[in-house]
Amino acid sequence: MPFFVIIPLGAAFLVSLLGKKIKSVGDVLANLGTLSLLILSLYSIKLVNMYKVLVYEVGSWVPPIGICLVLDGLTSFMLVTVNLVSFLIALYSVNYMEKYTDKYRFYTLFMLMLAGMNGIIITGDLFNLFVFLEIASISSYALVAFGTEAEELEASFKYAIMGSVASSFVLLGIAILYAYTSTLNMADIANVLSSKPSPLLFSFLAVLFLSGFGLKAALVPFHAWLPDAHPSAPASISAMLSGVLIKVLGVYALVRIFFNVLGINNFFLSMLMFLGVISMLVGVFLAIGQWDFKRLLAYHSISQIGYVVLGIGLGTPLGILGGLFHLFNHSIFKSLLFLNSGAVEYSLGTRDLQKMGGLREKMPITANTDLVASMSIAGVPPFNGFFSKLIIIFACIEAGRFGYAICAIVGSILTLASFMKVQKYAFFGKLSQKWQQVKEVPVLMCLAMVVLALICLAGGLLITPFFKSFLGSAVDVLLLGTGYSGTIFGALK
Amino acid sequence: MSLYILCLALFCIGLYCVLRKRNIIKIIVGLGIIEYAVNLFFVLVGYREHGRAPILAKDQEILNMVDPIPQALVLTSIVIGLAVTALIVAIAIRIFEKYGTFDITKIRRLRG
Repeated sequence: MPFFVIIPLGAAFLVSLLGKKIKSVGDVLANLGTLSLLILSLYSIKLVNMYKVLVYEVGSWVPPIGICLVLDGLTSFMLVTVNLVSFLIALYSVNYMEKYTDKYRFYTLFMLMLAGMNGIIITGDLFNLFVFLEIASISSYALVAFGTEAEELEASFKYAIMGSVASSFVLLGIAILYAYTSTLNMADIANVLSSKPSPLLFSFLAVLFLSGFGLKAALVPFHAWLPDAHPSAPASISAMLSGVLIKVLGVYALVRIFFNVLGINNFFLSMLMFLGVISMLVGVFLAIGQWDFKRLLAYHSISQIGYVVLGIGLGTPLGILGGLFHLFNHSIFKSLLFLNSGAVEYSLGTRDLQKMGGLREKMPITANTDLVASMSIAGVPPFNGFFSKLIIIFACIEAGRFGYAICAIVGSILTLASFMKVQKYAFFGKLSQKWQQVKEVPVLMCLAMVVLALICLAGGLLITPFFKSFLGSAVDVLLLGTGYSGTIFGALK
Repeated sequence: MSLYILCLALFCIGLYCVLRKRNIIKIIVGLGIIEYAVNLFFVLVGYREHGRAPILAKDQEILNMVDPIPQALVLTSIVIGLAVTALIVAIAIRIFEKYGTFDITKIRRLRG
């Protein structure tokens, strides 16, 4: 289990050490590292099916005192999502990053970010979570500024300031929680809190954690950094940031702490739902007016995160299932869309939709994978996005939240409209004279995009009974609530 | 109690500095103040009146000692703060090279 952190950290170290002398070491190590992580995380599904919960004691210190790593249903679900996306992105970066200098530094930061994200997912200790959160955030600040152009630096500065303030809020929350419970182990905190509950403290902590993690997740009142930071980064990093980083740092950490550590109540759930709906609508309205390809996608990330949070915030089994399923689907199709935009930028050198047109003839693979991803995000039937949105809408109706269900449908229609625009301006229509020489992107980039498109197509199968345990065990963990502590200490004995 | 209130005041000063100042160097300093306020709060949490360091020596009996865990945590968080500050200052220098100003209201090429 500790390998989920050791492999990317070790790879980052080796790449930064050797990368300057041997050119290809970054490509090879990053791809091997992410591939092995993907295999390990797929293996973890089987482990979770067998044992339910696995606890690893770091340095064999027993948990309430030492740090522990926890592998349960939600953990293995998130690990599969993160490592699947990061492997395909590493594959894509081999060709794409050629146009930047210092490719090995990119891989170092990339692997560090991956180490931070895997660490957040797998840790069972609150302060450890904060440390991994900072590792992932710092490397993402640096990656946003990777091109060192004026816009990129500006976006990175904005992101770094807002991100650091958010981290301070999280740390303050952890300090208060420690002062009250005098322990840092998540399961132990849940135990202590359930034996001496304090509603006032709970609401104060809820505000601190919500503003801290909400900023990392780019929920709407805290979203200002995202539309700058995501388009400015190199495309493979935008895909990583938008596809998995906001979910791991934001949604996963928020949900884990609120559901399993603090214990949820109705007030908090309705707050989550409200934030989800607001982000969903504001994100999509802002997206429609955009002409910059990547900026449009970034606004859609805000909107789609809204769907995830709305689903989880419903608190019913069906709602949580829909939310987590949409989380998985969104990380697949949004990273695919960002990779497409990177491919277009790689060939054309522009991200302005008005200057494109007719690229379907010249770049058939990019155009077709982009069509698949656009249909998925808009929720057109055979693709995965349709199923998860349908589940969320059904869950809303089941919970009696008709207003939210209507908002979700409206958001979906507006998403469809804005992706129609992308398709029309970028890939259909007449090819302008300027782009007669454009060629399809190199083979590894195509391979990564095709694989993601296939997963989009097959993603709907995840709700069939055969794959049910994958999502089901993740939902069970959240439904368990503060009973989480019981299972952790049960697994230790 | 008054210590905690002062700590909160420090936090608010830092927040004010980040939100209201226009010079990006001042914003970075504000960020530092926020970090220090949180660190100070963490140390205060583990502090006992007339407590001593929890070092176990021979033929000594310790009756009243401070909690060592927050101190260890604060050490980690100071290091993290250093890394963040170093990175942001590096970005600020690059911004100055590109834009020729530290004024945040003039650094506005991204919009929409």
